[in-house]
Amino acid sequence: MRVNFTVNGRPQEADDVWEGESLLYVLRERLGLPGSKNACEQGECGSCTVRLDGVPVCSCLVAAGQVEGREVVTVEGLADYAKQRACASDACGTSLQNAQQWQAKGDSHTGEGTELSPVQQAFIDAGAVQCGFCTPGLLVAADEMLERNPTPTDADIREALSGNLCRCTGYEKIMDAVRLAAARQGEAV
Amino acid sequence: MSSPNGTPTKITQGSQTKGGIGESTLRPDGTLKVTGEFAYSSDMWHEDMLWGQILRSTVAHAEIVSIDTGEALATPGVYAVLTYDDLPTDVKNYGLEIQDTPVLAHGKVRHHGEPVAIVAADHPETARRAAAKIRVDYRELPVITDEASATAPDAILVHENRDDHHAGHVPHPNIVHRQPIVRGDVAQARERADVIVEGEYTFGMQDQAFLGPESGLAVPEEDGGVHLYIATQWLHSDLRQIAPVLGLPEDKVRMTLSGVGGAFGGREDLSMQIHACLLALRTGKPVKIVYNRFESFFGHVHRHPAKLYYEHGATKDGKLTHMKCRIVLDGGAYASASPAVVGNASSLSVGPYVIDDVDIEAIALYTNNPPCGAMRGFGAVQACFAYEAQMDKLAKRLGMDPVEFRQLNAMEQGTLMPTGQPVDSPAPVAELLRRVKAMPMPPERQWESSEGADLRELPGGLSNTTHGEGVVRGVGYAVGIKNVGFSEGFDDYSTARVRMEVVGGEPVATVHTAMAEVGQGGVTVHAQIARTELGVTQVTIHPANTRVGSAGSTSASRQTYVTGGAVKNACELVREKVLETGRRKFGSYHPAWATAELLLEGGKVVTDGGEVLAGLVDVLGEDAVEVEEEWRHRPTEPFDLRTGQGNGHVQYSFAAHRAVVEVDTELGLVKVIELACAQDVGKALNPLSVLGQIQGGTVQGLGVAVMEEIIVDPKTAKVKNPSFTDYLIPTILDTPTIPVDVLELADAHAPYGLRGMGEAPTLSSTPAVLAAIRNATGLELNRTPVRPEHLTGTSLSDA
Amino acid sequence: MDFLRPASWEEALAAKAEHPTAVPIAGGTDVMVEINFDHRRPEYLMDLNRIGDLSEWEVGEESVRLGASVPYTAIMENLRAELPGLALASHTVASPQIRNRGGVGGNLGTASPAGDAHPALLAAGAEVEVESVRGARRIPIDEFYKGVKRNALAPDELIRAVHVKKADGPQQFSKVGTRNAMVIAVCAFGLALHPATRTVRTGIGSAAPTPVRAKAAEEFLNAALEEGGFWENGKIITPSVAKQFADLCSASCNPIDDVRGTASYRRHAVGVMARRTLTWTWESYRGTRRTTEGAA
Repeated sequence: MRVNFTVNGRPQEADDVWEGESLLYVLRERLGLPGSKNACEQGECGSCTVRLDGVPVCSCLVAAGQVEGREVVTVEGLADYAKQRACASDACGTSLQNAQQWQAKGDSHTGEGTELSPVQQAFIDAGAVQCGFCTPGLLVAADEMLERNPTPTDADIREALSGNLCRCTGYEKIMDAVRLAAARQGEAV
Repeated sequence: MSSPNGTPTKITQGSQTKGGIGESTLRPDGTLKVTGEFAYSSDMWHEDMLWGQILRSTVAHAEIVSIDTGEALATPGVYAVLTYDDLPTDVKNYGLEIQDTPVLAHGKVRHHGEPVAIVAADHPETARRAAAKIRVDYRELPVITDEASATAPDAILVHENRDDHHAGHVPHPNIVHRQPIVRGDVAQARERADVIVEGEYTFGMQDQAFLGPESGLAVPEEDGGVHLYIATQWLHSDLRQIAPVLGLPEDKVRMTLSGVGGAFGGREDLSMQIHACLLALRTGKPVKIVYNRFESFFGHVHRHPAKLYYEHGATKDGKLTHMKCRIVLDGGAYASASPAVVGNASSLSVGPYVIDDVDIEAIALYTNNPPCGAMRGFGAVQACFAYEAQMDKLAKRLGMDPVEFRQLNAMEQGTLMPTGQPVDSPAPVAELLRRVKAMPMPPERQWESSEGADLRELPGGLSNTTHGEGVVRGVGYAVGIKNVGFSEGFDDYSTARVRMEVVGGEPVATVHTAMAEVGQGGVTVHAQIARTELGVTQVTIHPANTRVGSAGSTSASRQTYVTGGAVKNACELVREKVLETGRRKFGSYHPAWATAELLLEGGKVVTDGGEVLAGLVDVLGEDAVEVEEEWRHRPTEPFDLRTGQGNGHVQYSFAAHRAVVEVDTELGLVKVIELACAQDVGKALNPLSVLGQIQGGTVQGLGVAVMEEIIVDPKTAKVKNPSFTDYLIPTILDTPTIPVDVLELADAHAPYGLRGMGEAPTLSSTPAVLAAIRNATGLELNRTPVRPEHLTGTSLSDA
Repeated sequence: MDFLRPASWEEALAAKAEHPTAVPIAGGTDVMVEINFDHRRPEYLMDLNRIGDLSEWEVGEESVRLGASVPYTAIMENLRAELPGLALASHTVASPQIRNRGGVGGNLGTASPAGDAHPALLAAGAEVEVESVRGARRIPIDEFYKGVKRNALAPDELIRAVHVKKADGPQQFSKVGTRNAMVIAVCAFGLALHPATRTVRTGIGSAAPTPVRAKAAEEFLNAALEEGGFWENGKIITPSVAKQFADLCSASCNPIDDVRGTASYRRHAVGVMARRTLTWTWESYRGTRRTTEGAA
């Protein structure tokens, strides 16, 4: 079957989709967007988390045919999504400036000029990335939580991220990263 | 063929990156990993690629009467179906140390989930459907599942006609390896004991549960060879096992490391490597294989489950007199790393304590259970769980404080191991215990708030099982010892190629090794070493592949030590060459070129007094300086097969934990409130990464304390919970705060004084949590993981 | 496999009538796991996401009509006052991502004894609104569960909504898992006080082939409360009554040993949860009574 939907603001069309394919498979294998990860394919790890019409979901549990006409944001589009949100909230200038500042502060740049969302930069800066396989899902979930709850308590962070498994970090640096992103977001406003 | 999408490229850290060793430099692959652009092995993609699928045995032990692939082969979209009969050469087995593992089952399957046939098709679903059409007729055999069934007089041999180098000295062919260690006179020492404490302990089967499933892409090449893009822990070890099965010389099997989604020992053995290559060579098309989580549980070895029998004695003033132990590790159907795990379990069975009189035996069994091998902590984890329980029992019997009791018996530099080997670098065991005990305690009853109980802070969490009822706090301590690097005479070396040249008017160092970056941050540290040694800021990390010499395994806490050591060594050689060039070019202009100690700093050649002699750009000019060199740590010796004596280890790593738990004693639910850790790392090359390793290792230890276990049916030897629904690993809500105190006592024998540190925190975490639960409940608890039924007296079926 | 995308409820019913083996998929949190792991290859998958009505709820006089696809997140955020037991249960479902997709219709359709919504529905009292081209009917929740993963639906029927009685008193829900989040129930317990009818209802999950009520325990407690005049006097329930209630709840379990827990543990844990949830709800009832009386 054919599926048409929007990914990271761009219309996409996938052809010859087998009816049992998941959104995750279509993103990874048909649209060249392998950022969303395939760690468990049973909704138990959160590494495939994307936003479907704004709502964080496990893309492995969404049938491809169910996304017809809908909007998906993946980790690949997270920086743009965060930027647009900042613009929409009428703080465009400041936020952009801040975004650049964050980049300048970091001293690890491989993709020179890559603009990152606050939560992405915080994950790098806080050492929240090791193998990185859980990272995309965590970033999408953490970014959405900070959108809803800009000043989370530690318990709030843990609850919001309880659907995202990480096997490397013991979660401490992930906590640090989300606290850091929240603090920077707070400063920026 | 062309390169696939997701081919790793060089990563250069920008010129503003300063960090040398000792700084918390950020990961060079960080940006790629947070934007989703970092290509893991399962992300690889090639035009026209096929999907591989493995058919696995549905029973644990059976003769294969027949395999019918006809219907599968006739399925549209299927390009190949291969069984044992299709293997191209006489080499049909592989294995890390003993080549006992069939590439595809031949005549017999020995464990649940063993690969029997492989399929390549144009879509994963086509491949799955075709695999399901392969008809395998099994004649089931009785299963061997434990020591009793393995060594019974009429036991079926899991492997007949063994001719491996352990076959001659084991008491039974169903024992992979046996290592006794005898020192002193236990009978005599036992006489001095005022108290004797015995215990029988059980350690459950733990899974590495790395998040990135086994996967890779094999691309056939025009010269008849194959290029494998793969997530592994050791490229060259894979290569050595793959090439003979394919019938190709090693230079025609090109291997490139893809992004690795965690490893923890689970990628030390081969999984789908040979299968993907066979299918690619057979079909002439690129073949991708990606396990799903279900398959991943069958696709790699697990941590050895173990039974441990211990006896310790002590005098009434608290001095240990002797120790006897017997450790039975279940290696499952194939040897994997079992012999080395036996070596570790036996030689580290005493723990970080002084006991002169010991009688130790460790064995690994062949059974029809899932194969077990390497996992973080490797033999030392199981032993630590048992000896630390023994220490608490002894302290209790003697009426002593458990920490003081341990400190009284703690080893130090100069102590002899049970193998007779002196510990020749700092061993701050008592100090680590002191530090971890001195950390402030977390406040009591954190769940209480003005709006009632915050469920998230209570055992059971959001499941709303208690509002404080039945909740009791407990505190427990543990300390452990882990060897670093490959032991027992193994030639444990690494290779590094370092190149220095001027690019865009700036000196740039390129580091090329075959080290598997599995998340640990080796790439970060290599760049730091190059900056420190070569005085440059720009460092390029070349993708890891087999076009450079072996870097050994990313395991045994060894990579920073050994490949880090190799990078340091190669940098030093590059520096010498650069200075030679400088002397040749500019030596006549300044006498210091000949007389002073010269350093490379800030892109310049400077004297140890700080005087600048020349810029590296000028010294190098158009030339590149490149060195590739192997580097080894001090050699070790095998353990004597009868006495276990020998200088078998190169270095040790120590960590101590204090666990604070709250237990709902009525429901048997545990919430770990805090897991404080103190560890000696010799020298923290990257403090941020060191913390990440300690905290990550600590939580893996927590997991096996309270939830993680692969459950194998003792009647059928079949795995009952191969999924993330029923094999549970800790979530962020199960994980406590983990304050860490890092000690840096240099080991004079190691590069920069560093100490391999990735595994030690996994050892002591588990027994500390168990000790805390015992403290809260008063129960004996001789097995891990602890399940609610063990805490509520409901573990036996009432059916 | 065919993918059906009915745009309306009527189209869905027609499709289901034409293809009774079609598997409805809404949140996908059960169905997709089975497809991903090759446990199921239905001939037809029928997407219900296009039927907006299924994701809506209405709060009526007596009950809440909850569309089959209303996600658990919406229940826990919006219906805590009306359906406190179900809201608590919803909060224990898997992870935030799953709660954003899954709904009660899926729990009922799968009818796994481990479904988190069941004990809350049994305790609150509910009716499942099902429909086929042959017509609509309401199945009382007590008659809905027919066996392990079997329910009272006819092959051509679809679940449209569940009508849950609005709480007239305190409700609680507890679930035991071996992890503090994202865990399938080892066993679960729901309890609702119904002061209007002076009855207590219960629901037990994962401790019998189907979700069940502890009817003997309810009857015992209803009688004991009546006899002691507890509903009027609001006295603390005597420990012996609470204990017997808990024992009867345990006794109404018919659990098995499996990888998640032993039968013996399940029986034990249901008893503990029964006692605790009774204490919490009764304390809350007494608190409300005092407040009401104080205000009067």
